[in-house]
Formats: sequence, C-alpha cells, structure tokens
Amino acid sequence: MGKVGIIGVGQSNFVRGYPGSIRELAFEGFKEAIEDAKIQTKDIDASIIASAPEYDKQRSPAGVIAEYLGLIPQPTFYIESICSSSSAALKVAYAMIKAGLHDVIAIVGFQKMSEISSSESQERMGRGADIQWESPFGTMMPAYYAMYARAHMAKYGTTGEDLAKIRVKAATYGQINDKAVYRKPVTLEMFTDPESNMSATVAKPLRVGDCCANADGSSCILVANEEKARAMCEKPVWILGLGAASEAVNMAGRDLLTGLNVGIEAGKQAFKMAGVTPKDIDVAEVHDCFTIAEMMAYENLGFAEPGEGKDLITSKETYKEGSIPVNIDGGLLSKGHPIGATGGSQIRTIVLQLRGEAGEMQVKDPEIGLAHNIGGVGLYGNVTILGR
Amino acid sequence: MAKKEVDDRFKKFGTVSFTAITKTNDFISYLEKGKVMGTKCKKCGAIYFPPRSDCSGCLQSNMEWFEVTGTGRLLSYSELKYGPVGFEDDLPYTIALLDYGDYKVFGRISKDIPYDDLNVGMELKTEFNTLPNGQINYVFKRP
Repeated sequence: MGKVGIIGVGQSNFVRGYPGSIRELAFEGFKEAIEDAKIQTKDIDASIIASAPEYDKQRSPAGVIAEYLGLIPQPTFYIESICSSSSAALKVAYAMIKAGLHDVIAIVGFQKMSEISSSESQERMGRGADIQWESPFGTMMPAYYAMYARAHMAKYGTTGEDLAKIRVKAATYGQINDKAVYRKPVTLEMFTDPESNMSATVAKPLRVGDCCANADGSSCILVANEEKARAMCEKPVWILGLGAASEAVNMAGRDLLTGLNVGIEAGKQAFKMAGVTPKDIDVAEVHDCFTIAEMMAYENLGFAEPGEGKDLITSKETYKEGSIPVNIDGGLLSKGHPIGATGGSQIRTIVLQLRGEAGEMQVKDPEIGLAHNIGGVGLYGNVTILGR
Repeated sequence: MAKKEVDDRFKKFGTVSFTAITKTNDFISYLEKGKVMGTKCKKCGAIYFPPRSDCSGCLQSNMEWFEVTGTGRLLSYSELKYGPVGFEDDLPYTIALLDYGDYKVFGRISKDIPYDDLNVGMELKTEFNTLPNGQINYVFKRP
C-alpha cells in the first residue's frame, strides 16, 4: 500500500470577531490550500468538515460548507472531537485514502467563536465537562487545567514563573506570525505586575497570561494518495504516524494528574507507526491551550522526562534555535485557538517547516515534524508525525 | 388517564443542574438523608464513583449502593475567580479531587477551609451540603 501525502495547506488569519459567516470563514483557509497545492476544486473527491458544534448556529455545517466551497456532489463528512477535531479528521481521511475509497480529500476545520454571544458562550462553557456529575459544581476549562498545574507543582516543584516562560516564548513567535491574533510581546515581569492584565488570576494558579487567545479562524489540509501526491505536488509531505486516544471525561476517572494520558497514548501510537523516537523530531507543534498544557506535552511526548519540562523551557531548548523547537508559530497562546481549525493550523505549520517555507519562523532544515492536538481537558488526543 | 410521573430528582443536584433524568436518581434521595453514595456491580464487584447504573466491565445493570465514608487524600484543587452563568453568587469557590483508594470523588471544598490552608496530600472527608439557593450537593471538609 502506498503512502498518504499532504499536497496543500492553508489557514485564514486568526482574528477576534470575524466579519463574515462560517462558510465565508471556511472559504479563506480552503482557498489558500487550493492555491498552495495548485489544484482545482474538481480534483477533490471528498471533504471532511471539522468544528465544535456548540459554537455553531448552523445545524450540521458540513453540507453547507461543502456546497459553498464547490465540493458538491462529492461526499462530505463531519468530524468532531472539540479542539482536536481537524486532527481526528486527518486520521479519518488517511484511512479513507488507504482503503481506496477516495484519492484526494480536503479537511476543512473552522470555528467562529464569536458566532454566539459571550453570555451564550459562558453558558456553554459551564457544560464543557461531565454535565451530570461535574458541571453542577461550576467547573470551567481553565480550572481543570489549573488542577493539573497544581498537581504538577506539588509533585515536581514547577513554579508559576516556569509556566510564564512558556507564554513568553509563545509571544516571541506570535509577533512574527502575521496570521496570529495576539501580536504583542509578553514578559516575565508582566506576570508579577498587578497593573498588567497578564497577572490577573483566572483559576488559581493560572493567570490570564497562562490562557490561550480566543479567535475565529479556519484551516485546510489537502491529502492525496501517493500516486496523486507525486503527480500533483512538487514537495509532498508524507504522513508517517498517526495516534489517537480517549480518556474518562470525569476527573474522578483519571489516574494521572501531572500529565494527559491521551497525549502519552496517542504519542506512543504515532511514534510506533512512524518508526521514530522523540529524539528524531526536529520541530513540533503542541497543544498549548494553557501554559501547563505545553509543559505536560513536553513530558508526555518524551521531549523531557516527567517533571523536567521546566528545565526544557528554562534552557530555551524549545525555542527556534533549540534542540526541539516547539510552537514556533506562537501556538494556541498567541496565534489563537479557533477550536475546530486548530489541529489543521498546527499541521499546516509543520508542513511549511518541512518544506522550508516558514519564513521568519523557519527552523533549520527539519526532516521530521510532529503535531500534538488535544480535545477538551485531555478527553481526546491526536498526535501526527510528518516527514519530507 | 393519569399523567405519567417523571422522576426528575436529579434537578436538585448542584448550584445549576444540567440534567434531571437519570437511572441513578436514588443518589439524590440518599444525599437528602446526608449520605454520599456510589455504586458497586453485584456481579463483578466493580466500584463506581460517580455512581453508574450500568457496569462497563461485565455489561450487567445490577448495582448496589455503597456509602462514601472516611477520608480521601486531596489530589489537586483550584479556586475559580470566574464562573459559568448561574454560578456568579458562589464565587470564589474551589473545586477539588479526593482519592479514596478504590475510587475518587470530584467536588468542591467547603467554604470553611481557607484556600491558603489547602495542601495536596491532606486528608478531607466528603459531606452533604445545602446551597444558598436551596439546591443540594456535597463538599469536602476537615475530618
């Protein structure tokens, strides 16, 4: 059986309050991917649309978006795993291509977080967990990750300053990514300056600066079987490994509080399938919805031993010039986190890096890259390994 | 014809209850009597907290109730400065997870324990609680 290649990538600017509809937003990422691949819409024989439906007013958005993109009457599928929806869609696309069902598939991830009012959004956030047994206590996404941060601090001595260093790195690269929503610098001092918004507590011990930037956005990944990929594309990037995992929704069902089991499990699967080890990864995108999430990703993927994530960021090994550059596009923290579009955006960044086309963000000559995408509070995990 | 009785006891659980209909509704009746209960599979002995009506281990739906007693070890906690819609009057409050060995319990820390007194590893007990709005839940207190 042949390989599956990525022949084109695109994403919209990640913005606050996108001035258009969800289909217009999806069009932006799709158009860029089509132009990147230099193919025609008619070359695509199926589409997978990915988003988190609680932010949509449109019921069943896949058909509406497929039509707007000119992808009818080809089949379209809707895949949802909250924040990791578009990475999950990539795995489904891979399987459909390997099965010979389709030759070229478009994966379109999108989220217009501003589609609903902020009070509607707040109401939905209250239902972001186990609605029977946890939500009645008043849980919020940051508070769950804050519990992981507290447990990590208690076990390993990780500090708020260690976490802040991850945000400082993200902001370093958000400033050079013209598609990022947050383009300003962040300093360690801001986290201790009561005048700075960055220092304001959200859920102890996490502060505003530890939380990712909400954004509207879309992404698109075009994948093809080996024959089509070689015929259509000068520099296809190959899918080497795919891992996916799930976890108990209720915290009471979890054994690990200093890392995410889904990241560990999906990583193991992806490394095994690709036949590589963490040391072989030249550039990575990890799911930094909160600073602690990036810290745990270092350890869960094997870039650092458990508890030594703080040393990795302190020594700046995850900066562009370091031994394992991570989130050199600003990550979710600064680039922004439009739920359904995020995985596709991470994969786009890795593809551009492997093709040597990441501009100012380019890491030196990477051959193998990894994207780590988490859905919910470690409810779903996807790890994708790509190579030239 | 008499209207069919709806068992929606679970609507009493928590500051805001998001679901009222569940086969584990007896949890609420026990809670009203001051007992926090989990379920145990009569066939394979699997223990569940939060309680479940079906066992994923042996696929049987024959459960018995057991009471959460003694103390659990505080695994982690977080104090929220912002809450979802409907929880504004409770702020700030602290969510937490206790480890009882065979099972874990997710809930809230009692308001009578100051945040700065909390430490990962400390022992706390789980106790029935009535909320200011008349709803009921359980909280973690000093033993």
